[in-house]
Amino acid sequence: MAAAAPLNPLRWLGWPMLLCLLGTVVMGIPLRVYGLQLPEPVFALVPAFAWAVIRPSVLPPFVLLGLGFLLDLFWGGPIGLWPACLLAAYAPVLIFRNVLAGQSYVAMWVWYAAACALAFVTGFYMMTLDSGVMPSLLAVAGQFVVTAALFPFAHRLIERYEDADVRFR
Amino acid sequence: MVALVVAVVFALAVIMGDRRETMRADAYDKTRATVDRVVTPVGGVLSAPFGWMRGGADAIGAYFMAGSQNSRLRQELIAAGKWRDEAIALREENGRMRTLLGVKTDPPIPMVFARTVTDSRGPFANTRLANAGSDRGVKQGNPVLGEHGLVGRIVGVGPTASRILLLTDVESRTPVLTPRTNARAILIGDGGPNPKLAYVRTHDPLQEGDRVLTSGDGGVFPRGLPVGVVVKGFDGSWRVALDSDAGPIDYVQIMLFKDFSQLVDAAALAPKGLPAAMPVQTSSSILGAPPSAAKPGAAGAADKPPTKPQAAATPQTVTVTMPAPPAARPKPAAPKPKPKPKPKPPAAAAAPPPSTPEVTPPY
Repeated sequence: MAAAAPLNPLRWLGWPMLLCLLGTVVMGIPLRVYGLQLPEPVFALVPAFAWAVIRPSVLPPFVLLGLGFLLDLFWGGPIGLWPACLLAAYAPVLIFRNVLAGQSYVAMWVWYAAACALAFVTGFYMMTLDSGVMPSLLAVAGQFVVTAALFPFAHRLIERYEDADVRFR
Repeated sequence: MVALVVAVVFALAVIMGDRRETMRADAYDKTRATVDRVVTPVGGVLSAPFGWMRGGADAIGAYFMAGSQNSRLRQELIAAGKWRDEAIALREENGRMRTLLGVKTDPPIPMVFARTVTDSRGPFANTRLANAGSDRGVKQGNPVLGEHGLVGRIVGVGPTASRILLLTDVESRTPVLTPRTNARAILIGDGGPNPKLAYVRTHDPLQEGDRVLTSGDGGVFPRGLPVGVVVKGFDGSWRVALDSDAGPIDYVQIMLFKDFSQLVDAAALAPKGLPAAMPVQTSSSILGAPPSAAKPGAAGAADKPPTKPQAAATPQTVTVTMPAPPAARPKPAAPKPKPKPKPKPPAAAAAPPPSTPEVTPPY
């Protein structure tokens, strides 16, 4: 395990946020090969999970808020949807972060998938209320699966900064 | 934790105020337009290599498949020749019929070609960003076509970019019909690849394979744009396999469509005040003119909520009278004339004492 990096907000918040935006823009390219399109994972759920595990802080909720607004603007969805979904994933992880400490890689992946599921359930109900139509469960499940597959990135972010501030161990 | 609560409250407040799907141009705020303007060149640069790769792959495929493609095109040409002869005959017949009937057809609809630079395909938002905006005449609500059929409509216009709401988006509603039975329905997107047909009118009007076209109801889309083919969904509901899925997604045509059946002046629909109540010529009335009735503009006062007893000059006050108790105070007149059997109008104060006869309106 590499030595933990110091908790500079630009490094543990800024760079992951920029990488998420870059990944979102790249996966938003209109490309279809033999009728199949690129998947559209929600990269922002990776830091939403990792930031809550690394340490409690004032900044991450507001960074997630901004990140969610940018996602809504980029994807053309209703403004405020993804901020609420990202915070719905962040909040329970923050509350149960003591339970998550020391869990195995697989167990953490399950927790990450549960946090993602909570975000998608929030989005599902918010869109149902907003538009009066239930979004397709198959479409929701498809995006959930590709997002849940991103856990290795979350694990790497946690490993990099988890021990940076021993007060929150 | 406080920061979290504040952020959640802020996010919920913003989503409740969002109006993405409305047809009002002002609902597409400046923030969205600015982000679209910034993202358009970035998306264009990122997607350009994939466009070149696709063009190269098409060229290579065409080179190696030239023989089979040639024979297939010959067969299509023979079939198309038959259709062409029929189309010429029908066009001529149509022209004669129109001349006989004096029908005036809509003018041809101009089109704008655009390239889509981003494509969101999630369950909660299905939109694309096209690199043509108000600088090329694109307006809110313009229909967007792909190579084979309808793609969606414009929901946001910036100076150099416009946002397309796809038929598959959760907030998309498109009035459609099937030409076989002329059954109308609303095509509702749900974030999946096959939008749902809802509110299907008439009994059992659909079957798999039916063509679906826009019905033109509501005036957003012109009638007859190809949408897709009816299929049965996993959940047993009628859905549509979209024609636009068959073609490439990086080029679209935006129809600069105007609905000529709608009012040109939207201000004509703005709510106006109620018309003034019909004044009664009190000078010719058998009751004679009450002291305040002869003032000019008294009839127009019926539009406003009366606040002072001088509104007693309104017509209904003279249509019906009844004996009033000596201590009765004048009350404001009602805004609409209603011949009630025993009203208590303010004119009662100005009316003569109990011996006054009841007067009915002339109708």
